Amino acid sequence: MGRVVGPALAVTYLSLLVVLPLAALFSHAFSSGWSSFWNAVSQPEAVAALKLTLLSSLAVAAFNGVAGLVIAWVLVRDDFRGKSLVNAVIDLPFALPTIVAGLTLLTLYGPNSPFHLNVANTRWGILFALAFVTLPFSVRSVQPVLAELDRETEEAAASLGASSGRVLWRIILPSLAPAMLAGAGLAFARAVGEYGSVVLISGNLPFKTEVASSWIFSLSQSDALGAAAAVSVVLVLIALLVLLGIGLLRRRFDIPEAV
Amino acid sequence: MTGRWRLPLRLAALTYLGFLVALPVGSVFYRAFQHGFGAAWHAISSPDAVHALWLTFLVALIAVPLDTVFGVGVALILSRHRFPGAWLLDAFVDLPLAVSPVVVGIALVLVYGKSGWFGNWLAGHGITIIFSLPGIVMASATVALPYVVREVLPVLQEIGTDQEQAAATLGASPFTVFRRITLPSIRRSLAYGVTLTTARVIGEFGAVAVVSGLVAGKTETLTLFIQDGVENLNLVAAYAGAVVLALIALAVLAVVGAGRRGPTDAPTKERGTPRWRSRSDPSPSDSEVPLLSTT
Amino acid sequence: MSLEVPDGSLTALLGPSGGGKSTLLRVVAGLEVPDSGTIEFDGEDVTGVPVRDRGIGFCFQHYAPFRHLTVRKNVSFGLEVRKRPKAEIRAKVDELLDLVKIDHLADRYPSQLSGGQRQRMALARALAIEPQLLLLDEPFGALDARVRQELRVWLRELHETISVTTVLVTHDQEEAMEVADHLAIINEGRLEQIGHPTDMYDHPANEFVMKFLGPATQLNGEWVRPHDLVIHRNPADGDNAGTVERVTHLGFEVRVDVALEGGGAAWVQLSRGVANELDLASGDPVWISRTGASGRHGKGQPTARVPSRGPGTDGAPLQLLAPDPLAPNTTS
Repeated sequence: MGRVVGPALAVTYLSLLVVLPLAALFSHAFSSGWSSFWNAVSQPEAVAALKLTLLSSLAVAAFNGVAGLVIAWVLVRDDFRGKSLVNAVIDLPFALPTIVAGLTLLTLYGPNSPFHLNVANTRWGILFALAFVTLPFSVRSVQPVLAELDRETEEAAASLGASSGRVLWRIILPSLAPAMLAGAGLAFARAVGEYGSVVLISGNLPFKTEVASSWIFSLSQSDALGAAAAVSVVLVLIALLVLLGIGLLRRRFDIPEAV
Repeated sequence: MTGRWRLPLRLAALTYLGFLVALPVGSVFYRAFQHGFGAAWHAISSPDAVHALWLTFLVALIAVPLDTVFGVGVALILSRHRFPGAWLLDAFVDLPLAVSPVVVGIALVLVYGKSGWFGNWLAGHGITIIFSLPGIVMASATVALPYVVREVLPVLQEIGTDQEQAAATLGASPFTVFRRITLPSIRRSLAYGVTLTTARVIGEFGAVAVVSGLVAGKTETLTLFIQDGVENLNLVAAYAGAVVLALIALAVLAVVGAGRRGPTDAPTKERGTPRWRSRSDPSPSDSEVPLLSTT
Repeated sequence: MSLEVPDGSLTALLGPSGGGKSTLLRVVAGLEVPDSGTIEFDGEDVTGVPVRDRGIGFCFQHYAPFRHLTVRKNVSFGLEVRKRPKAEIRAKVDELLDLVKIDHLADRYPSQLSGGQRQRMALARALAIEPQLLLLDEPFGALDARVRQELRVWLRELHETISVTTVLVTHDQEEAMEVADHLAIINEGRLEQIGHPTDMYDHPANEFVMKFLGPATQLNGEWVRPHDLVIHRNPADGDNAGTVERVTHLGFEVRVDVALEGGGAAWVQLSRGVANELDLASGDPVWISRTGASGRHGKGQPTARVPSRGPGTDGAPLQLLAPDPLAPNTTS
């Protein structure tokens, strides 16, 4: 196996699938310079889609940050029959194809909802979908850190007279904060680009329930590739920025990569 | 844990998980077989459904080996060699994980589509990529690119090159070293990587939606078939397809998840291996074993 | 640097960590490529020969066991690569496992073995291919002190049985002195001295070797061995006057720290019997004399000199030059 052939093949494969397409994306986004980019991104529908995407992702990242903490807490510090099954369920959103995830939510919270809770074609539907797919990130980033926490610091605080609420607030949460932040970042980055789970339940109503990825998709279907590229670039930059931030956070606080 | 909060927290967690994850997934199975096995079977054996299954299988058959070979190769390169720009290689490999699948599709169309960078060249040679099988394969391969690398690379880094060097001193050629030493040592992580890659390829939706053209019976994968079912109110078909994919997902979880779940116990008071970390059999210490035993 | 390893010897490359000994060993093995220079086995230039064709056996500090193979399959690996017939392989492996005394572990996996057993397996594995040269890179570095001790003795005996030319890298001078019949001291990429261990101990080429190979203390600006010094109560017997600072009992040895009249301090190593006879206490005035390396008592006998040649100045391979220790007593 030639020393050069292997790496050359690998680089070629990577170029054909990732590097060239990424370059083409940026190239087409700025095909006529800044103006073409700005035009596409400042289209009202684009603005609405991006705004909806960012706000929903933020909301979900924050909410799941708390929910993830609660779930991780229960998994680590509580004990009950079937706990390992619960632990396994957390991974389902990771493993399930996004379109199936969307269908499951549509089934339970759409027009035929057995709970008579119909969030199809509403923004709530989007939030449900995003919460579903980002849950594992929120839980799995906190869980190992929580498990590794030194109980003795909590016991020391308690012996010094701190109530459990104070222990939680002043001792535990600060230790978990970096991991929670990293988890929220991952959840946010994932939510921003999410498509498959959202597309069914949101209805993709322009200016109402159309997320950025849906807008990009419809642009592609009407062959407005330059505009599609421009909005895509926005998503890519957001994701990269967030991941960069998480990387720095991990290095600074020495958080393990659980996800 | 303070007793007062134990039950409420447990209830909150289980309720959230139940309503967000468990029930929805369960409901798909229910709906699929709601009208009996026959209806479900009928839906999944229609020509369009069969074609979708076949196409998905075919795509996986091509994309997964490609990603696997690439993944092992890159893992070997990154773990064995130090070179400027290694971080860039690593970043590009991880990129598909960060990017929306729809964006992946758009990017591929911009290179290989009619009006893409290679559009004219490809048309001139009679090759169609976008809106046909090659495009779907490429889109699927791209989104699943990182998995084998991410599984195999840490293992290669951990075991180091000592064993391979030892094999070389014993006379093994580079190929023999790879076949008899390197490959066996990454068996398990490679299996995980291939499993995750396969699941990802089979379950891909957004990228494939962009590049496939969505022609039922021609370029619809199983995921697209499901969307098609919902849009055309052929819900039984959609659920049937969803059940197939859900079963695959559960199988993946069973295979891969078991060794890699999150920890479910806090460490015990004594310093030492936390309960949830499997303690590998401790090697006997030399002091317990007589050196030159003749028994 | 240049050096020559005598055929059939057990040569130790000794020196502080980071000095280049392991690198040199790996260059000899073919695991690393030198920027310049040549490697010759029995006069044949092997510098361009890849590691797998050099016919060397190599043992690593952390054993490098093939984790997924049993002990037996580990040892037979080299023979299988050479496509030897199965029966021959089996016989050879059995013989080697018996030689290194792990035959009862043949079907276990390396993870089930202790560190010492793993290293013996590694040795058996290396010997299986009947190498012309055996290279050991700090083979006992990862083991407990007691196991190290046992394996040293065992290695020496093994070498006497098998007598393959062996090169051993270590930073432990005690290990080198005990095991090797030839010794090369390497420091910061330089060959400081090469020769017979005891001879180098008695006649170090320079201050570094002197201090590295054994205890050393300074007297009159010269470095001497503390056990080559004698303490006298009588001024007539000793050249150097001083005052006892501290007497420390270390089991069978006694260390006496003396502040010298001319400035500075030296320490003297005495046996318990001698120390008891002298009955020294802090503050006692004493006089120190030196004995020669050949054991002769006397004043002003130098104990450090440079008969063995240091690093070759022209890069030519170095020959062993120390006087034959078995020859009749030469001048010291």
